[in-house]
Amino acid sequence: MKILVAFKRVIDPDARIKLTADKTAVDTESVEYKANPFCENALEEALRLKEEHDGEVVLVSLGGEDITQTIRAGLAMGADRAVRVEIEDKALDSDLAARIFAAVYKEEEDVDLFIFGKQAVDGDNNQVGQLTAQYLGLPQACFASEVEVDEDAGEATVTREVDGGLETLAVKLPAVITADLRLNTPRYAKLPDIMKARKKEIEELDLDDLEIEDTALKIEVVSLEEPPKRKGGEIVGSVDALVEKLKNEARAL
Amino acid sequence: MSSREAMLQKDFVVREGGSFLFDRAGEHRIFTPEDLTDEQRHIRNAARQFADRSVLPRIDAIEGKEPGLMRALLEEAGELGLLMLDIPEKYGGLEQDKTTTMLVTETLTRCASFAVSLGAHVGIGSLPLVYFGTVAQKERYLPRLATGEWIAAYALTEPGSGSDALAAKTRAELADDGTHYVLNGSKQWITNAGFADLFVVFAQVAGEHFTAFLVERDTPGFEVGPEEHKHGIKGSSTCPLVLTDVAVPAANVLGEVGKGHRIAFNILNVGRARLGTGSIGAAKYALRLAAGYAAERAQFGRTLDQFGLIRAKLGDMAVRIFAGDALGYRTAGLIDKKYAALEALSPGPDDDDFQNAVEEFTIEASILKVYGSEALDTASDEALQIHGGYGYMAEYAIERVCRDARINRIFEGTNEINRLLLAGTLLKRGMKQRVPLMKAMQAVGKALAGGAAPALDPAGDRLVPEQEQVHRMKCAALYATQQAVSRWMLQIEDQQEVLGALADVLIDVYGADSALARTLQLPADGPAAAFAADATTLFIEGARDRVFTRVKQVLCAALSGDKRDRAFAELALLDHWRPIDVFAVRERVAAAVVAAGGWPL
Repeated sequence: MKILVAFKRVIDPDARIKLTADKTAVDTESVEYKANPFCENALEEALRLKEEHDGEVVLVSLGGEDITQTIRAGLAMGADRAVRVEIEDKALDSDLAARIFAAVYKEEEDVDLFIFGKQAVDGDNNQVGQLTAQYLGLPQACFASEVEVDEDAGEATVTREVDGGLETLAVKLPAVITADLRLNTPRYAKLPDIMKARKKEIEELDLDDLEIEDTALKIEVVSLEEPPKRKGGEIVGSVDALVEKLKNEARAL
Repeated sequence: MSSREAMLQKDFVVREGGSFLFDRAGEHRIFTPEDLTDEQRHIRNAARQFADRSVLPRIDAIEGKEPGLMRALLEEAGELGLLMLDIPEKYGGLEQDKTTTMLVTETLTRCASFAVSLGAHVGIGSLPLVYFGTVAQKERYLPRLATGEWIAAYALTEPGSGSDALAAKTRAELADDGTHYVLNGSKQWITNAGFADLFVVFAQVAGEHFTAFLVERDTPGFEVGPEEHKHGIKGSSTCPLVLTDVAVPAANVLGEVGKGHRIAFNILNVGRARLGTGSIGAAKYALRLAAGYAAERAQFGRTLDQFGLIRAKLGDMAVRIFAGDALGYRTAGLIDKKYAALEALSPGPDDDDFQNAVEEFTIEASILKVYGSEALDTASDEALQIHGGYGYMAEYAIERVCRDARINRIFEGTNEINRLLLAGTLLKRGMKQRVPLMKAMQAVGKALAGGAAPALDPAGDRLVPEQEQVHRMKCAALYATQQAVSRWMLQIEDQQEVLGALADVLIDVYGADSALARTLQLPADGPAAAFAADATTLFIEGARDRVFTRVKQVLCAALSGDKRDRAFAELALLDHWRPIDVFAVRERVAAAVVAAGGWPL
C-alpha cells in the first residue's frame, strides 16, 4: 500500500500565545511548534496499516524551510520519506492547502490512501481533508475512530463517530480518511529512529512544480480577539446579592 | 550533521579547564542552549514527552514504590532508546555527546525518583564499563545495559566511608589459583540496588589496592538488604549490600588493580555535570509550577502573579536558571569539544581521551554541581512559598519537588567536598603552571599597588558596564587568592573556610562570565536578547555583592594591621558599585515569566 499523510505543524497548543499588533495573526516570535496531534493520529494509523500490509508512508507538509524539524519528527516516528511544498503560512488557507495536496497526490502515483488529521488544532477549520477528496473526486470517510483495509477487495471499512453513535462506512480505494483522536495512540519516536530520520529524503517542491493555477486565498482573516481576562472570584453576602449579580453583572439569568 | 560534527564546525575554541578566570568574557565563543542542533532538540522533546506522558502520570505509584514499576519504566525508557545515548555504536548504543545526555537528564528531573534511577544506570552504573571495560566485558554487558534488559548500579559508599571514599573497608583477596577474587564487606545507599543486575563494586585488594569489580547480582554470597526510608526521591531504590565470600572472576576486575580511584573520581566528575544540569531542569519545573499556581490563585481580588513580592520571587528564580543554563551547557560543550579534539588527534577513540577531557574540567563540573543543586534548592523553596499553605500539602507537586531537591546537595560529592575540590584544583594547577594563575595574580597585584584597577578592553559595545563588573570580580578573585596564598602557602589546604570562600567566588565568577558570554552571543535584535540582558544584569549585580563580601572575609582572615588596611585600600579600586534599579529590571524578567507561564526561553 502507498499511503500519503498530510502532516502539519502547529504552535504548541499548551503554550500561551499573543496576538500581533494588528490583531490578524498569532505572534510567532519565540513560540514552540509541535506536530498537530490529529496529524500524529493520521501518521500512526498509516504506520499500522503499513505494518499490516507493507508498502510506503509518505508525509506531505506545506511550509517554509523551518518546518523541517516537524517533518523530521514524523520521519522519526516511522514515515519513509516526505514531500515539502514551499509556501508561506500566511499565503495559505484551507482551499489552497487542499488544491496543493490534490496536486501532490497526482504527482505521487498509485496512492491507496490519503490520511489527514480531522482538523489542525490552531485554526480548527476541519476542511482540508474534505476539500482534497472533492478536488480529487475520491470517496471520503471523516472523523475515523477505526480503520480496516481489505486490499483484495480494494476497500476500507471506516468507523466514524457521529452524534449519538457510530457509523460504519465502506469506501473504495483510493480514498481520503480523516483521523479522530480516538483512532489510536501515536507512538513515541525512538532515539535510534531520530538519528535515522536525519538520512531520510525530504523532496522539496514549489507551486510552480505542481502547476497550481488558482492560488488566490478565499478567506481573509479580518481580526482576532483574545478571550476576556479571567477576574478573581468574589464572595457575596447573601443569596439575594448573588441573584442580583448573576442577573445584572454576569447576565447569566 | 551529527551534533559532534556541528560542535567541531562552529568556532568554539578548546580552552583549558579554569581558564574562565583568566579570559575576558566574550573573548571565546562558548556553547549555549541556543547552539543545540535540531536533532538534539528532537531528542530532548522525545525525552520530555516520555516524562510527561509515561512517568509523571504514574508519580504516586512511583513514589509509593509499587513493586516492579520502576524497573518496568526503565525498560520502557530502554525501548525508546533513552538508555543508549552514552554507549558506543558497536555495543548497541547511539554514541552521543555529553550535551545530549545532559539535555535528556534536564527534562527527566521533573520526576526526580525516575531521573535518579535512570541516571544511576546510564551514568555511574554504565559509564565505568564504557570507559574502563575490556572488550570482553563490554561485549558481555553493554548491549544489555543499552536496552535496559539489565540495570546497573554503582557501589562505592560504605557505612564508614562516605566523602572519604578511598577509606572503603570492603576487601578483595585473590584466590590461590589466581582465577578469582573473594570479596567481603558491606556497601550502603546503593541506588537501583533493589532491582539492578550488575554492580560496579569498589574494594581494597589485599586491604590496600583500591579496585573496581563487576559483580553480577546472582553471585553466591551477594545479598541486597532492605529498602531505606528516605526524605525525598522516595520512588528510587536505595539499599545496602552485604558481600560474604563473593567469588568474582579475575576477568571482572574493571580497569587495573589499585587504580579504582581513577574510575571512581572520573565517573563522579561526569555525574556532577549531569547532576548540575538536571537540577537546573528541575528548577525550571519548579518555576512552571509556581507561575502556574500564581496565575490561578486569587487573593484580595487579584491573582498572585500580580503581587510585587510574588513577581520578585519569579524573577529571581528565572535569573538563577538563566545563569545555570549558561554555565551548564558551556561546561557540557567544553567536555564534548575537548573530547572531539582529542579524538581527532588520536587514531581511534581512546578511554584516556575521555578521562583527559573530563579531568580537564574538574573545576567547571564541580561548580556546575554546587551551583545547580543550590539554585534548585532556592528555586523549589521559593516556589513552595508562592503556593503558601497549599505548597505544604502533599497533593501539590511542589511539595515533592522540594523534598526531591535536597539530595542534590549531598550526593556525587557533598557541596562542601566539591567546594574544597574546585578551589584546591585551581590552586594546584596554578602552582604547576597549568593555568596562568601566578602571572594573573601578579598583574592584578601590580596594577592595584600602582593605584589603578587593571583596564578592560570590552568585547563589543553591548553590556559594557556588566563586562566591567565581571572583569572586576575576576580581579578581586585573583587578588584574594594571592593574599591567601602568600599568607598560608601550601598550608592553605588546611584553611577550609578560606577555600570555601574562594570556591564561592569562583562559582559566582563562572556564573556571571557564562551568563554574560551567552547574552553577548545572542543576536542583539533577537527575541531572547532583552530578557537575557536583564537576567545577566541581575545575576551580575547579585554575584558582585557576594564576591566582594567573600573577598573581604578572606582578606580579613589573611591579613592584619597595616597590611590589611593597605589591602582594603587596594580592593576599593575594584569595588566599584554601580547603581541600578534592581526592582525595575527584575520586574521585566518576572513579566516574561508570567507571560510564558514558566521558563520563557
